[in-house]
Amino acid sequence: MWDYTDKVKEHFLNPRNVGQIDNANAVGEVGSLACGDALKLMLMVDAKEIIVDAKFQTFGCASAIASSSALTEMVKGMSLAEAAKVTNEDIANYLGGLPKEKMHCSVMGREALEAAIANYRGILLPMAEGEVVCECFGVTDVEVQRAIDESHLRTVEEITNFTKAGGGCGKCHDRLQEMLDASVKQVKAKIIPLKAPRRMTNIQKIKLIEDVFEREVRPTLRKDGGDIELVDVDGDTVIVSLRGACGSCAKSRTTLKEYVEKKLREQVLDTLTVEDDKA
Amino acid sequence: MNKTIYMDNNATTRVAPEVVEVMLPYFSELYGNPSSMHTFGGQVGEAIAKARAQIAQLLGADPEELVFTSCGTESDSTAIFSAIRATPAKRHIITTRVEHPAVKNLAENLHAFTGHKYRVTQLGVDSQGMLDLDEYEKAFCEDTAAVSVMWANNETGVIFPVEEMAEIAKSRGVLFHTDAVQAVGKVPVDLKKSTINFLSISGHKLHAPKGIGVLYVRKGTPFSPFLIGGHQEKGRRGGTENTASIVALGKACELAAVRMTVENTRVKHLRDKLENGLLASIPNAIRNGHQSKRLPNTSNISFEYVEGEAILLHLNTVGICASSGSACTSGSLEPSHVMRAMGVPFTAAHGSIRFSLSIYNTEEEVDFVLKHLPPIIEKLRNMSPFWHNRSKGL
Repeated sequence: MWDYTDKVKEHFLNPRNVGQIDNANAVGEVGSLACGDALKLMLMVDAKEIIVDAKFQTFGCASAIASSSALTEMVKGMSLAEAAKVTNEDIANYLGGLPKEKMHCSVMGREALEAAIANYRGILLPMAEGEVVCECFGVTDVEVQRAIDESHLRTVEEITNFTKAGGGCGKCHDRLQEMLDASVKQVKAKIIPLKAPRRMTNIQKIKLIEDVFEREVRPTLRKDGGDIELVDVDGDTVIVSLRGACGSCAKSRTTLKEYVEKKLREQVLDTLTVEDDKA
Repeated sequence: MNKTIYMDNNATTRVAPEVVEVMLPYFSELYGNPSSMHTFGGQVGEAIAKARAQIAQLLGADPEELVFTSCGTESDSTAIFSAIRATPAKRHIITTRVEHPAVKNLAENLHAFTGHKYRVTQLGVDSQGMLDLDEYEKAFCEDTAAVSVMWANNETGVIFPVEEMAEIAKSRGVLFHTDAVQAVGKVPVDLKKSTINFLSISGHKLHAPKGIGVLYVRKGTPFSPFLIGGHQEKGRRGGTENTASIVALGKACELAAVRMTVENTRVKHLRDKLENGLLASIPNAIRNGHQSKRLPNTSNISFEYVEGEAILLHLNTVGICASSGSACTSGSLEPSHVMRAMGVPFTAAHGSIRFSLSIYNTEEEVDFVLKHLPPIIEKLRNMSPFWHNRSKGL
C-alpha cells in the first residue's frame, strides 16, 4: 500500500473545490484516460489578474485527486504572476510530500495551472511544441528537460516518477539517459566558471558544499560502499565525516584531499580545505 | 474502525482455524528434525508423510510425486528450469500473455539465468480472457522445450483447458507445467487422469500459511533440483523441511477436498449475487472474464471513467478489502498485463476491481458491499472530467 501522508488522505477523501465554473476564463486540461490520470482545472480571473475562484475535475488515483484539491486551495487569491511561480514541489510540500512514484501527480497539477494561465493569455505552451520522446505517455523532450533541470533528476527511474516518460514499453530509456548525460555535462560547465575567489557567508558555503556532495561526491563514494557527511564549516575549513566503507579505508585521507577538496575548490571556493572530523 | 470484509482471497487467504490448530505443536513440543535418527525427530517425519498423502489425495497424485518448496514462485522456477534443462539444445518455450509474474518474468528473462537466448511465444487471449487452442497448436516447433500455462488466472479467475493442452504437448514430446495456485481447492484436479508433468501449488492461497508450496513432478519426468543441499525431499529440494507449514498444508488440502462443494455452491452464489448486484446498480460497469469458465470465487468488474486505486482506498475506509488492475496500484504506470492482453479499453482497464471471495464470506458482507460501492463510484465519477464529457455526449 502507498505511504500517503494524512494530508494526502484527507484531501483525497474530502477534496476541496470539486466541480465546474461555467464561465471560467482560464481553463487547463492535461492528461488522458490512456495515461490513467487527467485533470481539468478551471479558474476565474478578475480584471486585476487575481484568481478569485478555482475548481477542478480529476480522473486518477488518490494522490492525483489530492494534488488537484491542494492546487485549487493554493492558487485561490493569488495573482496570475504569483500562480505562474507555483512548482510541482510546492504542491507536493503542501500535502506533506508524495511517494516518489507519485510525483507525476504534482507535475500534472503544475502543468494544468500553466495551461490555464496560457489559456487566459491566449498563448501556446512550449511543451506542446517539443518532440515526443515517450510515445506511451506522449511526453515531449521539452517536458522531460524541464523536469530534469527543475527537480535535479539523475536517473531514468526518477524521470519516470516525475513525468511518466519511460514508464511504458521502455523503448525511450536510451534517449532519456542521453538527456541526463547531456544535462550533467551542462551543470558542470555552468559551475566551473565560478572559480574566481569571492566572499561567501557560511550559509552560502554550506549550501553549495551540500550541492556538490549530493550531485557528485556522494554518488561516487557510494559506488564503493562509502558516504560523506558535512559536519561543520569554520571559515575556510570544511569538516566532514566519512561513512561506511570510506570510514575505515586506509586511503580515506587521499580521498579527502585529492578528490573531495579538489571538487569543492573547483565548484565552491578555491581557498577551502577539507578536514576529517576524527583527525 | 469498521469490521474487515475480506474479499481479496486471490491475494492471500485466512489460515483456517483447524489448520492453525494442527500446526502449532510443531512450533513448541514437536520441534525435532525429521531427518534425525531418533524417535523424537522421526515422529515429525511421520507427520510430513501424512501431510504428503493428504495433499496427494486432493491432487489425485502419488505422494512420491510431490516436492515441498517455499512458495508458488519457487515451484514455478523449479519446474521451468527442470523442463528446459531436460532438453538443453531446445530454445523455445510457450506460455501466455496473462501468466503470473512468477512465470512471465522468468520466461522473459531466461537469457539472464541460462546464458542462452530463448524464444518465448506468449499466447494471446480474447476479450473474455480465453486462449485459442489452434494458436497454441501452431506455436509448437522442433525447438520447443517446454510449455507453461496457468490453470486459472489470478485476476479474472478464467480457467484454461490445461488438461487438453497437456495432451497436445505430450503428443509433441514437450514437457508441460501449470501454475495451479489459484485453481487447487476451487476446481477439481485429478492428475492421474492427465499428462501434466509439473504443477505448482501455494499454501497461502488455500487457507494454509505463507511460506509453503508444493511442486508436483509426474513420475518419469526429468527433474533438476533448484536448491542444492541435503538429501531432503529425496535430493529434489535441499533445506530442512518447514515442518509446521507442511503439516498445515496437509490439513488445508484435506479441508479443501471437503469444502470444494461449498466453494462451488455457496461461495459461487455469493460471488454471483455480488457481481449481478453491482452490474445492475452501477451504470457503465463491465464484467471482465468469461462468465462460466472461471473460478467460483472471483469477480473482476471495470467501472468506466474512474480509477481503481481511488475506488480501493474509498472501500478501505469502510473496511472492504479488494484489489485492482489499475496502473496506480500495480506500482507501474500501465494497467495490468491481463487487462491489456484482453484488450480491455483504457476507459475500463484503469477502473478494474477484483473481488475474490472465500468460504468465510457471508451474505451480510455481500449486502454491505452492494450498499457501499455504488455511492463511491458515483462520487468519483462526479469528480471525473471524462464522466462529464460522456454525459454531455462529447
